[in-house]
Parts: sequence; C-alpha cells; structure tokens
Amino acid sequence: MVLDRETKLKKLKEHQTKVNMIFQDQDCGQMLDKCLSMSPDEIIAEVTESGLKGRGGAGFPTGLKWKFAAEQKSDVKYVICNADEGEPGTFKDRQILEEQAAKVFAGMAICSRAVNASEGIIYLRGEYNYLRPRLQEELDAFNKKLKEKGFKFSIIIKSGSGAYVCGEETALIESLEGYRGEPRNKPPYPVSHGYMNKPTVVNNVETLVYCAMIIRMGNKEFLQLGTKDSRGAKVFSVSGDADVEGIYELELGMTIREFVDLFGDGDTKAVQVGGSSGHCVPRRDFEKTIIGFEGVPTGGSMMLFNSSRSMYHVLHNYLEFFCEESCGQCTPCRVGSQQLLRGIEAIKKGEKPPEYLNELKKLAETMKVAAKCGLGQSVPNPFLSIVNNFYEEIIF
Amino acid sequence: MSSTAELVQTIVGKHGTRREHLLPILQDLAKEQRYVTEDAMIEVARALDLSAAEVYGTASFYTFLEPVPTGEHVIRICKTITCYMKGKDEVIKAIEDHLRVKLGGTTTDGKFSFFAANCIGWCHEGPAMLIDDKVYTKLTPKKAIDAINEY
Ligand SMILES: Cc1cc2nc3c(=O)[nH]c(=O)nc-3n(C[C@H](O)[C@H](O)[C@H](O)COP(=O)(O)O)c2cc1C
Ligand code: SF4
Repeated sequence: MVLDRETKLKKLKEHQTKVNMIFQDQDCGQMLDKCLSMSPDEIIAEVTESGLKGRGGAGFPTGLKWKFAAEQKSDVKYVICNADEGEPGTFKDRQILEEQAAKVFAGMAICSRAVNASEGIIYLRGEYNYLRPRLQEELDAFNKKLKEKGFKFSIIIKSGSGAYVCGEETALIESLEGYRGEPRNKPPYPVSHGYMNKPTVVNNVETLVYCAMIIRMGNKEFLQLGTKDSRGAKVFSVSGDADVEGIYELELGMTIREFVDLFGDGDTKAVQVGGSSGHCVPRRDFEKTIIGFEGVPTGGSMMLFNSSRSMYHVLHNYLEFFCEESCGQCTPCRVGSQQLLRGIEAIKKGEKPPEYLNELKKLAETMKVAAKCGLGQSVPNPFLSIVNNFYEEIIF
Repeated sequence: MSSTAELVQTIVGKHGTRREHLLPILQDLAKEQRYVTEDAMIEVARALDLSAAEVYGTASFYTFLEPVPTGEHVIRICKTITCYMKGKDEVIKAIEDHLRVKLGGTTTDGKFSFFAANCIGWCHEGPAMLIDDKVYTKLTPKKAIDAINEY
C-alpha cells in the first residue's frame, strides 16, 4: 500500500511522540547534578543495563567499554567524542551538534566521571568547520559550568582535515597525535592504549547523548524500546529516492518494509543500510530484514533507490569512494578496492566475461579477513550484497 | 625574516611545538596561505624539530591540507551517489561553464579552485557544495552560480 506524503508525515509524528530522546531539550545542569549523585560504578551499571550499543557503526556495548576503561590504572585518561561522520549518507551527528551540543558535552562529562578521565576531545570533521565557532562558544559556557560543579574535567575541540578513515577510532587517535590517519593494529584497544598511549574512551556523538539521557531518566524508558539485541532507538539519516528525507529518531527493530512504507516513493527497489560500507537490501528481502544488530546494523545512513536507478552505478560510486579513502597502508584494501572497481568496469565493457565476477567475489572474501581495519573489511559488504542481488545489472 | 617564517612563528607560538600540535598548525597555515606551501612546511619542520619529509608526509595525507597550489576560494562539490541523483552533474557543468575551468582545476585568475568531495553530510538537501567553510545546499545551476558570485 502506497501512502501519500501527508499520511507518512502524520505516521512519523506518531513515532516521534513515542520516541524523543535525542532532540528533546534538557537542563544540562540537572543532568550533571544527577551524575554527581551517582558513583562511577552506578553510572556504569545504569548504562550497561540499558543495553546501549555504540551508534557509530560497530555497535560495541557502551557500558562494557566504559567498564574496561574504568578498570585501567592510569593518572591520565581521555574521553573522545567521534564527530568525524564521514560515512556517505550520514548527517545525523551534524544535526545533533547543531541542536543539542550541550547534551553531547554532558555525555562526555558523565563518561569522565564513570572512567575517571580528566580530558575530553571532540574530533570534528573539517567539513563541519562552519559549526566550530558556535560550538566553541557553547563549550566555553559548559566548561565553566563543569568547573562550578566541581568536575575535574574539561573539553576541547579539534578539527579533522578531510579524511574518511579518521573516523576509525585508532586512525582518529593518530590524527589527534599529529600523524597521518593510519589505523593501528588492534588489540591493544584504545580503552587501554589510546590517545598518548593512555586509556581512552572513543564514543560516537549520538551514543554520548543516549548516555546522557539514560543517566538523566534512568534506563527504563530506553529498555522499553527496541528488541533484545537492539535496545532503544536510533537516529536515521534518510536520503535518496525518498518521499520524506532528513533526520528521524526511530525505535530499533523495524523491518525494512515498514521503513520503506514510511519514507519511500512507492517504487523502492533497494535500500543501502549503513552507507557505502553497509549492506544493500533488495525489495524481495524487505519483509524479513530487521533494522538492528540482529539484521542489518546501521550507523544511521539509509539510502533509498527506486527502479529507475542503476545498481551498477551505485556500486561504482561506492567503490570509487573506497579507492580514494583507503589509507593505503595494507595491500588487501589498497589494491583490492581498485581491482574490484576495475573488475566491474571491465565486465561492463565486455573486456572480461561475466564469470570474472566469481574471481572478484573471492577477492572480496579475502579482503574481509585480510584487511587491517574496518574500512577494508567492509568494502565487501556493498560489493557482495549488490553483486549477488543485482547480478544482471552488473554484467549487462 | 621572510613573511612565511613570521607567519609560521606566530602560528606555532599560538599552538605549541609538540607533535600533536602539527595538524592545528597546518590547518591554520592552510587558512592563511590558502594551501600549505613548501617554504611553510620547511619552517614548521624546523620549529617542531621534525624532518621536512615528515611534515610533508602528514600534510599530504589530508585532503584539506594537500600541499598543492589552490585558488583564493575552494569550491568542493559533493560527488556521492545521493547528490548525483539530485542533479549534481548539471550543477558541475554549469559551474565549469561559468568559471571556465574543469572539475579539479583552478581558474586562470587564481580566484577559485573547483574540486569534487566525498560526502559532506547534506544528502537530504543535495546537491550540496562547500565554498571554503560555508555550505550551500539544494543547488540548481542558477543557485550555484549565484553562490559563486557572492565571492
Ligand atoms: C573506516 C571507518 C570509519 C568510521 N567512521 C566513524 C565516524 O565517522 N563516526 C563514528 O562515530 N564512528 C566511526 N567509526 C567507528 C569507530 O571506529 C568507533 O567504533 C566508534 O567511534 C566507537 O563509538 P561508539 O561505540 O559510540 O559507536 C568508523 C570506523 C571505520 C572502520
Ligand atoms: S584496511 Fe584500508 S584503510 Fe584500513 S589500514 Fe588497510 S589500507 Fe588503511
């Protein structure tokens, strides 16, 4: 059933009355007071029991990350807010920082109390530099408030300079330390060996706001939302062939079908979930695919494509992106991405037979296991899901 | 002392001389000098006690710090699929005709460089571009040219 735009917007409003944590105005002073009334263990327990998983893409349980960092013995610890948001199709962190920056800062302060950190750093992508003056103003006021309330914690802002890979947490740390943004081997993880080799919590902008809200309201409301594996809600960035585009906070656990009915233009043939590095879900799988960690996980990017679009073109665009953004440190990713791109071009032009695609798929499988970081490891996600579901479009 | 050396000295004075200050220093230099020049990199290397190659290696990693001459203003148009779907190619064509420069080039008067960028985070309002730090969205060929004429 295709709904008209008005009905869709009305339905979305209904969703919004059910879920409204991220963009709800809050008194951050009260949030900090609540945080101060709790012990670090209590804060960690509250976040752990909420079931919150990282909203930056990888989905690591936030409470556990904080616990690991809290257990480290060190005179200096850091909290880093990952505002690098480079994944194509994602723009929610920008909006959160524009509208609710103080809640992001509050999330960092709460984390600092939980893990006993003294310094906070926001790594803001260079593309969002226009935000910086206003953010700095709000931050100055917030740092003052922290001091008044007796926190031994303050926050600074650092800018990126146009490198997608710097969103990867260890590349981000390298970049903050003044080096090329080349990911490190993991382990050791940043929770023990992070910025300046000190214990460091790296969390996404949205994750930090959920933490702030969980501490402010207790985790009950959060626990009522979502599914067993995907608790709570999430902010989605919707773009492409969509009747309704933009940023919406929705409960986790809906099917792609429900999502497409709310946002699509009535002719959606595929949804790319999680941006270039995510998975492409074709129409025939809409009903059975759940948006969440048990189905297709997403950092928030949802790109819709209708039947007028060439999926070859879409895949080509994604592969070009990876070829440019690969840091070049390891061969499977640097050469692999280029070979996948050249490979589909050669098949399209008829220079290689369709069977060549099988070779490319094997290469993609190799990249999954052999690439050093999440960038190279996830190139196979769009590649395999598009090639397997839209075989004809790739070879003809 | 040359003007570059003075500039570097001022900027380094503001940030500090430790390795973690390198990126903020280069970012400020790129802002002041449009792009990071070879002379500036040598000065920075001296101030931070690094090899010039080390400074170049770091700068050249980052798209916004690339040590290649650019125009007074840098236009970066998003080339992600969603901006393409909203008509980015027509906008590029219009800008190319207006500035008489191909994507990737700099105008002969040195006023504008015109580059393509990966996702700049405005997919729901595409096509989108940056001129320096400022964002322009929902572009049409006309809107894009009007935006450029502001400079
Ligand atoms: C190539 C690559 C890019 C990434 N970009 C981002 C990003 O822009 N923002 C983000 O929060 N996490 C990004 N991540 C995930 C981070 O490495 C890290 O897992 C995340 O910041 C942890 O925060 P969370 O647990 O709150 O999600 C990226 C990962 C990879 C491999
Ligand atoms: S997988 Fe790609 S981005 Fe990651 S370290 Fe290797 S070359 Fe760099």
